[in-house]
Amino acid sequence: MIEATQTKKGTDPYLSSFAQLQKELEGKQPPWLQQIRKAAISRFSDLGFPTSRQEEWKYTEVAPIRRTLFRPAAYETNGLTTERLTGLTFGNLQCPRLVFLNGHYSAELSSLKGLPETVQVKSLAEVLEQNPDLVKPHLTQHAQYEDHPFVALNTALIQDGALVHVSKGEVIQEPIHLLFLSTAAEEVVAVHPRNLILVDSNSQVTIVESYIGLHKGVYFTNSVTEIVVAENAVVDHYKLHQESRKAFHIDTLQVHQDRSSSVRTFNATLGGELTRNEVNVVLDGEGAECNLNGLYLISGTQHVDNHTRLEHAKPHCDSREMYKGILDEKATGVFHGRIVVRPGAQKTDSKQTNNNLLLSDDALINTKPQLEIYANDVKCTHGATIGQLDPEALFYLRTRGIDRTTARSLLIYAFASQVVNRIKVDLVRTELDDYLFSWLPAGHLVREAI
Amino acid sequence: MSTETQKIEELANQEYKYGFYTDIETDSAPPGLNEDIIRLISGKKKEPEFMLKWRLKAYKHWLTMKEPTWANVHYGPIDYQSIVYYSAPKRKEDGPQSLDEVDPQLLETYKKLGIPLEEQELLAGVAVDAVFDSVSVATTFKEKLGELGIIFCPFSEAVQDHPDLVKKYLGSVVPHTDNFFASLNSAVFSDGSFVYIPEGVRCPMELSTYFRINAKNTGQFERTLIIADKGSYVSYLEGCTAPMRDENQLHAAVVELIALDDAQIKYSTIQNWYPGDEEGKGGIYNFVTKRGKCLGRNSKISWTQVETGAAITWKYPGVLLIGDNSIGEFYSVALTKNWQQADTGTKMIHIGKNTRSNVVSKGISAGHGQNTYRGLIRISKSATGARNYTQCDSMLLGDQCGAHTFPYIEIKNSTAQMEHEASTSKVGEDQIFYCQSRGLSAEDAVSMIVNGFCKKVFKELPMEFAVEAQKLLSVNLEGSVG
Repeated sequence: MIEATQTKKGTDPYLSSFAQLQKELEGKQPPWLQQIRKAAISRFSDLGFPTSRQEEWKYTEVAPIRRTLFRPAAYETNGLTTERLTGLTFGNLQCPRLVFLNGHYSAELSSLKGLPETVQVKSLAEVLEQNPDLVKPHLTQHAQYEDHPFVALNTALIQDGALVHVSKGEVIQEPIHLLFLSTAAEEVVAVHPRNLILVDSNSQVTIVESYIGLHKGVYFTNSVTEIVVAENAVVDHYKLHQESRKAFHIDTLQVHQDRSSSVRTFNATLGGELTRNEVNVVLDGEGAECNLNGLYLISGTQHVDNHTRLEHAKPHCDSREMYKGILDEKATGVFHGRIVVRPGAQKTDSKQTNNNLLLSDDALINTKPQLEIYANDVKCTHGATIGQLDPEALFYLRTRGIDRTTARSLLIYAFASQVVNRIKVDLVRTELDDYLFSWLPAGHLVREAI
Repeated sequence: MSTETQKIEELANQEYKYGFYTDIETDSAPPGLNEDIIRLISGKKKEPEFMLKWRLKAYKHWLTMKEPTWANVHYGPIDYQSIVYYSAPKRKEDGPQSLDEVDPQLLETYKKLGIPLEEQELLAGVAVDAVFDSVSVATTFKEKLGELGIIFCPFSEAVQDHPDLVKKYLGSVVPHTDNFFASLNSAVFSDGSFVYIPEGVRCPMELSTYFRINAKNTGQFERTLIIADKGSYVSYLEGCTAPMRDENQLHAAVVELIALDDAQIKYSTIQNWYPGDEEGKGGIYNFVTKRGKCLGRNSKISWTQVETGAAITWKYPGVLLIGDNSIGEFYSVALTKNWQQADTGTKMIHIGKNTRSNVVSKGISAGHGQNTYRGLIRISKSATGARNYTQCDSMLLGDQCGAHTFPYIEIKNSTAQMEHEASTSKVGEDQIFYCQSRGLSAEDAVSMIVNGFCKKVFKELPMEFAVEAQKLLSVNLEGSVG
């Protein structure tokens, strides 16, 4: 790691990455995107990296990212073959999948078997070269970069990512798996994946995004996903973080919902040294509904910051939110959930819950559930709890002859399963259950008991 | 929108009934702030040297500070050089020896406010230390309290008569560097109340002060210090009013409470500063720093506040729970109507073992009012077995108002138990319909529902205040169903 002390804000390496990318892309990119990139990079250089003095970043210190000099990542298989993918795709290679290695699309590892032709699942880089008009109305139009340095950086450095376009009336049964793998073993690299998911009216799709580090190295993933949901469409979105324990991950999910659409998201953070998940949803049509779920299961010195913002822009929308955290050892967690009800968004019904379980005295949680309401005929509640395992429940289990470790594991599993059970895709649920069983001290016994 | 709603809105527009101005000769300093003004204030009060030094230290620190802007409130810039920092009713003689010698006009003012001093002395048994603009005018029941060793006097007197206590505790809870407004207060505070309850004494009556801003362009910078020694108990009431004026007036008070082993302090406020007119013109800026320190084991500090006035309220009465098993409580009703803004809540800092805190906050917004709850619950690593329960509910009456909740929860101990709940709702049409079907008028129904909404807080108020608070709320609110 090289200390970039000569620059005040640590933005220099990224500015030169940008200049480099501009040279590579010369003549290959649409002019409109070129303009947006320029605006975004200048915004990034103005904003610099956020500090904990900023309200939105109060509890998350990104200085380790700022101080580390990351190189742009290159496509690198590192001997990865399709066979080895089995363990990374929920043991199922049948799902249509796009695989990205260090942020670059891998045609040989991807497979789109079984998808109807009306659905486009492609690499964004390819679309930008061949058919940029498809993405022009939406790409960068939803995730705002004005106040967010990491979104600005991602926007400036857009190279590749997934494009999913489900056309009108299409219902896709199989989940589409977007798999982002970091293959870098030694190199300190940064990737900026950019995904765009367009779901036309009356259609339905399930997307699973997973981020996995294959080695134990230090790297930085700065991803942005925009989902645009048209009238009556239904989207299920899962995001699983299993980055290396030394990795940094800043993620932004921006959802824009039209009338009567329905979106469910699930975010599971298991790996990563420093992870920030932002989920921003704008309910911009009457009767839209949204359901946000999250689980963070961390230990060691891991830090997870879940930042959600639910904006009720139109009347008659419902939203539900449930985030659960389990923190062990010296892990630190942040939950910042904001519900905004715009003037005139009457009959809003919104409910937010955040529960945390601290398993060690060194673990720390900061939670900020917030309501910002500018309409009167609304029903909004939020609740946050922080606690430990119920001693009476533990005692009860022990009177039944279950030892302490197993009893604890059982209770922790029960705590997590409330949110895990909300996962609709069996394969993902089983995967997460398996992870829980391996994470818990007496997981194998819990598995048998259940 | 029903016809009831209109009726209700008419009622909600009721004017401020405490807006009269008493014509009393005042002894004022020229507007502006500099070291000379501070020396003048200190000199007028014949303060000992240490106070002047402390004030100057605070002033120097204040000069280095910037006015904070993070609160969810909006107001034009305050010109600190146009404020009069000292204004005292001019005394004909050297000072009143008894109530009879108090300026009759002043007594008349209190009568209008509904706190007749004589009557209280005779009947109610409430000792009032009335702060009129900046100087305490009369203190009742001083002798009776004196027998028990209780000190209840204007701050300026305490500085002279009990300098050791003042020296020991002043600034020990809210240091002169705490925040912009607290520093300003430390530099220029004019007067306030001082209470000391000796070991093992249970104060036999509710102590009470009444603050009122009377003169034009004056800021009210009072400072209250309450010390409850081991095993003592005190209940303290504070009420605030100001006359109607077009310009905004600043009120930046500091209240410090200290509870030693097994002591209890109960501090209740009814704040009814002038809120400005229907257009949002004028009104008091109420930027107050209130903090208690549970220093001893098993001590308890309880804040209860009913905030119905002031153009802008910006305050967070907090408790530092240092002693093991100490308890902090906060009960609040905040009403914002017309163009009022409130950013209020509490801070509970758990440091000792088995410390508990209980927070109940009820916000009501009507008209264009913006009501924000902002609270901090911090459970430090040392606070094993700490518990917190927080409930903050908001009620919206009218479609132009806003209600916001910004809790901050920081937990560093795994044995801590913390629960936070918040909800936002409006008075249901079905609730009103039900009440009306039982023969209640719409405004009675709303008043009843809102009072029910606030009941948990009102029941924490001392008897006399509870009645006043309910009345105040009904007057201010009388129905604003949106």
